[in-house]
Amino acid sequence: MSAIPISWYLVLSAILFGLGVVAFVFKRNIITIFMSIELMLNAVNLAFVAFARARGALDGLVFVFFVIVVAAAEAAVGLAIVIMLAQHRESLNVERVNLLKL
Amino acid sequence: MSVPIILFFVCALLAVVGAVLLILAREPIHSALALVLVMMSLAVLYLLLGAPFVAAVQIIVYAGAIMVLFVFVIMLLNAGVEERTDFSKIAKWAGVPLGFFLLLLIAHFLAHSSIGTAIATGTGAATQAADTRELSTQLFRQYLFPFEATSILILIAILGALVLARKDE
Amino acid sequence: MGFITQHPVLVVSLVKIAVLLFIVMTALAYLTWLERKVIARIQSRWGPYNVGAHGLLQPLADGLKFLFKEDMTPPTSDRLVYLLAPFLALSLALTAIALIPFGPPSVRVLGQSIFVVSDIDIGLLFLFSITSIGVYGVALAGWSSNSKYPLLGGLRSSAQMISYEVSLTISVVGVLLLAGSLSFNDIIEGQRGYWLHFIPRWHVVPQIVGFLCYLTAAIAETNRIPFDLPEAETELVAGFHTEYSSFKFAMFFMAEYANMITVSCLATILFFGGWLSPFPDSWTWQLFLPGAGLLLLGAYCAYDTVMNMRGIAQIQFAVVTLLAAGGGAISLYPPVAAVIQGPFWFTTKILLILFFYIWMRGTLPRFRYDQLMSFGWKLLLPVSLANLVITAFVIIWPLLRHG
Repeated sequence: MSAIPISWYLVLSAILFGLGVVAFVFKRNIITIFMSIELMLNAVNLAFVAFARARGALDGLVFVFFVIVVAAAEAAVGLAIVIMLAQHRESLNVERVNLLKL
Repeated sequence: MSVPIILFFVCALLAVVGAVLLILAREPIHSALALVLVMMSLAVLYLLLGAPFVAAVQIIVYAGAIMVLFVFVIMLLNAGVEERTDFSKIAKWAGVPLGFFLLLLIAHFLAHSSIGTAIATGTGAATQAADTRELSTQLFRQYLFPFEATSILILIAILGALVLARKDE
Repeated sequence: MGFITQHPVLVVSLVKIAVLLFIVMTALAYLTWLERKVIARIQSRWGPYNVGAHGLLQPLADGLKFLFKEDMTPPTSDRLVYLLAPFLALSLALTAIALIPFGPPSVRVLGQSIFVVSDIDIGLLFLFSITSIGVYGVALAGWSSNSKYPLLGGLRSSAQMISYEVSLTISVVGVLLLAGSLSFNDIIEGQRGYWLHFIPRWHVVPQIVGFLCYLTAAIAETNRIPFDLPEAETELVAGFHTEYSSFKFAMFFMAEYANMITVSCLATILFFGGWLSPFPDSWTWQLFLPGAGLLLLGAYCAYDTVMNMRGIAQIQFAVVTLLAAGGGAISLYPPVAAVIQGPFWFTTKILLILFFYIWMRGTLPRFRYDQLMSFGWKLLLPVSLANLVITAFVIIWPLLRHG
């Protein structure tokens, strides 16, 4: 049924991760920077699932689970910080956040 | 060309297009929608890899909760078009080629490693129910400690969000 | 003919999708008619009465009106997202219904079960994943209109739907523990049999708390009164769809009613035994219940036609009478009666739950926003969590005692 080599999935995962890094570097809006981190996490998840498939074991899927849980926790705290920043600085541009205090 | 291969290419293309749109879009909401597109196509790829449970969790948690939270915050802050500022020259002229070089390097090693040439075998659909059961057994036996640790992590995250969101007296 | 035998799955699936789409669209239209009639009855009015006998052609007239109204797009809106939102809302709402089994899987044509479009092992999880991205339709509609009231409506709806989705999911997990499966067919089959020889083994009996939590959360998820904050007309004009007109508005409207049908179907499957009959199999006369019911309806319609209807309405209602009586007569034919047994019970249960929905709308006032949030997080979530923990303990208790 599925004669797709695992390497295809891994290459796709690498491409997505690379695009995530590019987005992380180039975006200036703190929310979109946050989103590019999520994109990188997703790329890693794809690699995990592909490896789990190749090994015929389920450990990889368990790790995907943990990654998703950590991403959810990170989103909750991160977005709270974003809201705080936006209220104090009245801008979402990271280049305006250049002081070590709020 | 069999159906799974076509499906793989369509989803892979959608995922890459979504990721590129995430970079190109000026409105944060458009970026968020592009990211949802990436997540959806990844969910279909998980189905192709015979992991329907992870696919469902991906949609429910990632697309249905985390990204909705992002959209909510963008709407709440009424975030407008992203302002362009001067890019660092180094990032522009050295970063992009180096990034692609790194990407090619990773792809090269992945494609030539022993695991990369392995072919996904077996039929996904037949073992779905058993897999979900097996997955939960592993999660609650072998990985019980990390599981409990994540629950504490979530508790800390809730407390953190509460402390941050609380109004100053 | 060769094509059909070569690709039975494809052909049967396409036919099933077409038939289901037709039935669901008709059901949506007549659900609005039913709602207006019941609400009118509660408020001592007549409801729609002039278009067709008893207003039976009103949904058709409404549909035509939606099609021919001027289609406006606000010039300041975000075009792409503005167009995407209603499509997203309606297509997700309709996709969810494809997972619902309306009858037993044993009834087959060309080796395919005919009562469900897509029968998958983890049906419940997929239903939840589809409903969980349903928020986007409302949120994006609110954002893309680029206007105050829709934005507030969209904000309210995303906050409300995220909050109540948690309780909705947790209230269902109790049933999952009892059933031990995520497949709809397994969940329904697990409810066969009786307690004390007369109480059906439906999950609603042990999971009454879970059912009440589910019902409350489901009403909030579908944005119905008393939780219709996203479109509270006295506060927000019409909420998230203020800037939508013509057919795009109709799509939101249909999506809301389709979602109502989906959550009623889910309640029926999880808590009321799906297509199982409440009577034991030995009572063979129940085979003739659908036919007898339709014949009774036909008799009442015939009485109404002769006594109360005049002019064109009399002819229209005579057609309705003939349809009901003819359907009843066909349903009495034993092979047909055996096939429609499952769908008959399923539909009856759905109709009762939908009636409850409409009844709520006619009775209760709207919540205030902060009350809505504190109700969801401080009452509904703890209660459904407690229900889950207690269910888990009751299930695990015999295992703990006997090792």
